[in-house]
Amino acid sequence: MTEDSAAAAPGFVAARQWLDRRRQDAGLRPYVVYVAAALIFGLFAVILRHDGFLTASNLLNIGRQAAPIAVMAAGMTFALAAAEIDLSIGSTTALSSLVAAEVVGEYGFVAGAAAALAVGAGIGAANGLITVKVRIPSFLVTLGTLGIVSGIARNMNNLQSLPIRNDTFLAVFGAGSLGPVSSLLLWTVVVGLLGHLVLHQLRWGRHVLSVGADRNAAAALGINTARIRVTALMTSAAAASFAGVLLAGRLAIGRHDLGENLLLTVIAAVVIGGTNLFGGRASVAGAVAGSVVMAMLNNGLILMGLRVADQLIARGVIIILAVALSMREQKER
Amino acid sequence: MTAVATDDRAALEVSGLSKSFRAVRALDDVAIDLRYGRVTALLGDNGAGKSTLVKCISGIYAPDSGVVRVNGVERSIPSPEAARSLGIETVHQTLAVIDPLDVVENLFLNREHTRGGRLGARLGVLDKKRMRAESSEILGRLDIRIPSLRRSMSALSGGQRQAVAIGRAAAWGQQIVLLDEPAAALGVEQAARVLDLIRSLRDAGVAVLLITHNMDRVTEVCDRAVVLRQGRKTADVDVGAVTKDDLVAYITGARSGGLA
Ligand SMILES: Nc1ncnc2c1ncn2[C@@H]1O[C@H](COP(=O)(O)OP(=O)(O)O)[C@@H](O)[C@H]1O
Ligand SMILES: [Mg+2]
Repeated sequence: MTEDSAAAAPGFVAARQWLDRRRQDAGLRPYVVYVAAALIFGLFAVILRHDGFLTASNLLNIGRQAAPIAVMAAGMTFALAAAEIDLSIGSTTALSSLVAAEVVGEYGFVAGAAAALAVGAGIGAANGLITVKVRIPSFLVTLGTLGIVSGIARNMNNLQSLPIRNDTFLAVFGAGSLGPVSSLLLWTVVVGLLGHLVLHQLRWGRHVLSVGADRNAAAALGINTARIRVTALMTSAAAASFAGVLLAGRLAIGRHDLGENLLLTVIAAVVIGGTNLFGGRASVAGAVAGSVVMAMLNNGLILMGLRVADQLIARGVIIILAVALSMREQKER
Repeated sequence: MTAVATDDRAALEVSGLSKSFRAVRALDDVAIDLRYGRVTALLGDNGAGKSTLVKCISGIYAPDSGVVRVNGVERSIPSPEAARSLGIETVHQTLAVIDPLDVVENLFLNREHTRGGRLGARLGVLDKKRMRAESSEILGRLDIRIPSLRRSMSALSGGQRQAVAIGRAAAWGQQIVLLDEPAAALGVEQAARVLDLIRSLRDAGVAVLLITHNMDRVTEVCDRAVVLRQGRKTADVDVGAVTKDDLVAYITGARSGGLA
């Protein structure tokens, strides 16, 4: 480019420099999810225009679907950032919904939510300590706790759902709203923002990323890598518990299978959002956006009239594609 | 960097250091002294035990036996954090920098400044502005030029990455800096920059240990040379008193030198 045209278009030059820098640093990968969200939204808005995709109630429905996925995804981002994975989040969500339902009836809404979060933190601590102390990869440990926790959830109320009648709980974590903003949306934004700040502005967030990128190098600089890995797994489990609270609030019940099938959806949301499945790169904002993508896809597949079985197949294909794309990009770097 | 007086005091004295990995005796009764304002070369063939020695001093490996004195005081170094708090900083052969973090974050990793008072310190709220300012200062003092401090390490050249790793060691290792083949992967010009960095550390009074395979670098910047062969020390000499051929002979085991 000549000097003249550079002077004529300083904004263009600045934009190009910014783009170049991005490409060299993290690549354009972090932005893919937002483009994907816009494209999918546009696509469905056109092809499903007669099927009610754009109606206010359907968009609200997508938001409600996305909320627990986004909360779980924000937590899972920290596990993946630390180069761990938490496969037990789905059953943790389910058990937490039951615990919340059980406790809220006796001790009120704060205690209900707190008990659920404590259950999550406990499961996460167990996952983390076994991973670190017994030196078993977290995908195996959490595969084991997945079974244990869902067994406990099934035993807890004999496969029956437990109704929640505490109005405050239902308003705060479910159908309520603050002004025009529904409480589910509000919680999603709060969790997403909190996660983003923790990842970028707190020492712990940077240490999680360091441990995930190169555990030995982080250890050589004196970082307590065991502590970081345990707390990262506690974060993903606690977030899963909070998602259980939100599901319980939305459906006004606790049940042994609430959120149990969300694991793959959450992993896809996180990976689409730009987090590396094997540690060292993470984006909470991307994970939240990825959750919206997954919720839109779910919704679109239903509106297209796919049967449940075909939805399962389509979702599986989408997840594998998303992960494959993200891995290919990873190898290129 | 608070300049330590360039006297001849021993910063680090290691004696009787042994370390085995199952059947492999990686270090066998090794002794080495590092002095303030001096650069000591640690030489030896691949597998001689050089990196193992560095890892024992920097708290990564627990030696089987041996005594480590820092400033004349016997110390145990059970962890990398313990080494760092004794003023020992290390640039390891393979563990130099964290790729996805930026330059500032790498310089301050596990030594972050926080803001927001005591609560901020407990939460670990990063004071990015302060760390950025101090990073420019650290890099400026060492004449390390990096295009942008907010660049992630993966976007930098090998020389720049190594310079950041050495800059970090220089910033925190006010007494003792251990460098395990810091220029091995670098081109001629970048390797020369690393040598300049080592000189400025030495001039600031830091005790430097330099592992290298390049005899020219030894004669250029090192004051003393310690040679390992199959875990044993085969030479401990003043660089000024020997030739490059002598050093090579010590490394290959053709001769030994300067041992009591
Ligand atoms: N973690 C380890 N486990 C087993 N053997 C090791 C380990 N680290 C080093 N060794 C062995 O110890 C010896 C010395 O290695 P090292 O200190 O890396 O040598 P150098 O750095 O001089 O090339 C080698 O035989 C090496 O195979
Ligand atoms: Mg080595």
